[in-house]
Amino acid sequence: MSNRYDSRTTIFSPEGRLYQVEYAMEAISHAGTALGILAKDGIVLAAEKKVSSKLLEQETSAEKMYVLSKNIICVVAGIDSDASTLVETARKMALQHFATYDEEIPVEVLVKRICNVMQGYTQFGGLRPYGVSFIFAGWDSSQGFQLYQSNPSGNYTGWLATSVGANTTSAQTLLKQEYKPDSTLEEACDQAMLIMSKTMDSSALTSTKLEFATIKASSDGAEYNVYKPKDIEPLIEKVKSTTQ
Amino acid sequence: MDILLGIRTQNEVLLITSRSLARGISVLKSDDVKVLECNKHTALAFSGEPGDTTNFVEFIRANVRLYGFQNKQELTTHAVASYARKELATSLRSRKPYQVNILVAGHNGTPELHWIDYLGTNVTLPYAAHGYASYYVLSTLDRWWTETLTLEEGLELARKCIDELEKRMPIDFKGCNIHVVDQNGVRLHE
Repeated sequence: MSNRYDSRTTIFSPEGRLYQVEYAMEAISHAGTALGILAKDGIVLAAEKKVSSKLLEQETSAEKMYVLSKNIICVVAGIDSDASTLVETARKMALQHFATYDEEIPVEVLVKRICNVMQGYTQFGGLRPYGVSFIFAGWDSSQGFQLYQSNPSGNYTGWLATSVGANTTSAQTLLKQEYKPDSTLEEACDQAMLIMSKTMDSSALTSTKLEFATIKASSDGAEYNVYKPKDIEPLIEKVKSTTQ
Repeated sequence: MDILLGIRTQNEVLLITSRSLARGISVLKSDDVKVLECNKHTALAFSGEPGDTTNFVEFIRANVRLYGFQNKQELTTHAVASYARKELATSLRSRKPYQVNILVAGHNGTPELHWIDYLGTNVTLPYAAHGYASYYVLSTLDRWWTETLTLEEGLELARKCIDELEKRMPIDFKGCNIHVVDQNGVRLHE
């Protein structure tokens, strides 16, 4: 398994690869599936919760959905603790921008800055890279709704629909099939739920195993909504009724 | 003693600034320009301690441009004004604060004008003036300014203000430059 070139993050292998970064991405591919779909009037994010126990407090639910600022939310795949420090950094950056310019941070500006932090750990030695992929969903006045995905190497890309985590290949295939350029947010929510139901390992779809969030147009720009378990139930029922 | 005057009209903002640069009892220059193009659609007019002024506005311009390069989108006029205010407010609590007053004029779809002083006060106004000149022209502006001024009417109002200053102000300010900020950017009006 291991060899001479994967003990430090900052050393290239003879084939020109950075093993620690690749291992970080491998860690992410075991995390619960997360996906995002861009609709014309908003964005939906959905994620699978891996850990679920009868004893786990469900009401303090969201563990993968984070609100970064008034106009940006994200979903996490990977190591949760790594994610939470990055989320804290992102929130500080967003508020710093707001305090200085009296305007919400543009989505790509925030994504780029977070990715610069992540890139740093692939170049400056002694530390491991962040084992986290984010899907960012946000709105700003110049670019409208935007969906981005980042990975531990510090690269980010913009998408119409994307997924990360376990079963990401099958999710991507389904997204390609299901994606309609002109769909509304409501339709996108149904698509997201349908794809989650098909990609998740567990047989029965329950609100304890899902997280859901949307960001949509409002009078003063955008408003986000991180769903409570009871808000997810109707969506599940809807998918069940249509698939039967 | 410098004149710094801004008038928002229906589709543009006018910046009227005096041409004289005086130090002590001497006039050093009679073709001074007190307006700086910050980015394509935003201009800064400035007065205050000589040296501090150029230093400060060039610093603001450099950072605004840097933001544009780094983020592939330019700051809005509102953002430039907020940023300049923040820098002045931070500077105020330092050992040697910038003694600079500015007007931020811009056009992002609609014209807007911000009045910012060295204490870090930022107000959006339809017309604004800094320094002694404000004592002479604000009454004229109160009387004649309306929401629907055309460029020609705005220039006429500027003329009224300059006439008043020439009549009442005890110094020779060597005439005024008028800059126009509209959807096409910043230009010096002949």
